[in-house]
Amino acid sequence: MAVIYILWLREVKKYLRSKPQVIASLGQPLMYLLVLGFGLGPIFQRAGQGNYLQFVAPGVIGMSILFSSIFSGVGLLWDRQFGFLKETLVAPVPRLQIMVGRTLGGATTALMQGTLILVICLIAGFRPYDLTALPLAFLFMVLIAIVFAALGTAIGSALKDMQGFQMVMNFLVMPIFFLSGALYPLTDLPMPLTIATHVDPLAYGIDGLRGAFSGESHFGALTDLAILGTVASCFLALGAWSFSRIQV
Amino acid sequence: MIRVQNLVKRFGEVAAVDGVSFDVQAGEIFAFLGPNGAGKTTTIQMLTTLLRPTEGSITLDGLDPVSKPLDVRRRFGIVFQDPSLDSELTAAENMDLHGVLYHVPRRIRVERAETLLKLFELWDRRNSRVKEFSGGMRRRLEIARGLLHTPKILFLDEPTLGLDPQSRNLLWTHIKHLNETEGVTVFLTTHYMDEAERVARRIAIIDHGRIVAQGTPGELKQQTGSESLEQAFLALTGSTIRDEQADGSDQMRRMAKMWRR
Repeated sequence: MAVIYILWLREVKKYLRSKPQVIASLGQPLMYLLVLGFGLGPIFQRAGQGNYLQFVAPGVIGMSILFSSIFSGVGLLWDRQFGFLKETLVAPVPRLQIMVGRTLGGATTALMQGTLILVICLIAGFRPYDLTALPLAFLFMVLIAIVFAALGTAIGSALKDMQGFQMVMNFLVMPIFFLSGALYPLTDLPMPLTIATHVDPLAYGIDGLRGAFSGESHFGALTDLAILGTVASCFLALGAWSFSRIQV
Repeated sequence: MIRVQNLVKRFGEVAAVDGVSFDVQAGEIFAFLGPNGAGKTTTIQMLTTLLRPTEGSITLDGLDPVSKPLDVRRRFGIVFQDPSLDSELTAAENMDLHGVLYHVPRRIRVERAETLLKLFELWDRRNSRVKEFSGGMRRRLEIARGLLHTPKILFLDEPTLGLDPQSRNLLWTHIKHLNETEGVTVFLTTHYMDEAERVARRIAIIDHGRIVAQGTPGELKQQTGSESLEQAFLALTGSTIRDEQADGSDQMRRMAKMWRR
């Protein structure tokens, strides 16, 4: 436990110390929230869907958790390049513990980032319909963070350099985001898009978040929870496996 | 304590280590010398469970690093050739993290960290982040950290690279002391022949992935009819200069340095 804790603490400390990075990573979600939120608002309203800011805020929160947790996995890549990874890999500690400490640390920082965005959404005028649903919303934020921090670890273990990460960003992370229904409702989509959105784990996370915040869910909270829980266990196993195979 | 037989590591076509065999006795200081790119670090990486050998066998304290990595890791400590500190953390935090990873009880951890940081003159800077440290300070911290726990076998991969004579002297005195009082087996590499001659009981010289000679410093000098170990080394490995292939991480480090300026 001490090992998991100290590696978790390392991630959190590094996050809290990199204030410029925290501020920089707020930029993108803010753009989506403010520019899309207010820019598409009138059209969304005219289409009879209600307030777009209310709709998009959970999506933007989910997005910032997605990006932060995947990036925490890339921290592994930096640690590999700058040597610190070796220090942990030769230590007499099961790699599973190292992986769990790092991944939970990454998930925690992503959760902090998500909470920060939630606060900004509240300032921008986003209003959850019912404050008692906040714990449920928080649970979904935790699940999203764990799912993608584990995926980030799996990716970070498999990649050798930053060039590979560009590929992952463009062909995996961006599709996960755009197919998640963060920006548009999942109803009445063309067939291929419906299928794609159904296999995107983030879709369930954002749907769960939106459900908790607005009371309207596409898949239903229980389905969301079940699927996210399953995916989280699968990705954790995948991350552990791929981390255990790292050679320097 | 360490037994290596016909060890081979190939990266694609290239054999970085090509049929190496040697034995290191318990309680011995063993120097592993060779020009750049001879296969020293690759050998250490295989001994320390970081790389899987292509062929051949290794035992450390009777255990195979491939099948029992965790048990092997419990038995050694290592100071790496390349940096392996977390530069976002402070010196004290780096020490503490190492102590936790090696299961050093808190009280001993704190005591030893203080002793070592004072010994290597880093105590005043213990709460500064490592990224503010000079190259020499990082190196000293790296060594201090490697000595925080007392392993059975200590690997030192070019530990004195970039250190001033004072720090080098300090390091070797400390290593000899550890070896004599606690019986730690030491496996070291260095480019400074005088250091090897000073501390090592036995030496193996590796070139192009093969061992070209081994024995005590005296035997090596006798074998080549040289007066110093440096001459013996040159006689055995020739005087051409080798370049190591820069790999992805080196390029990356260079890029990161550029960005920081």
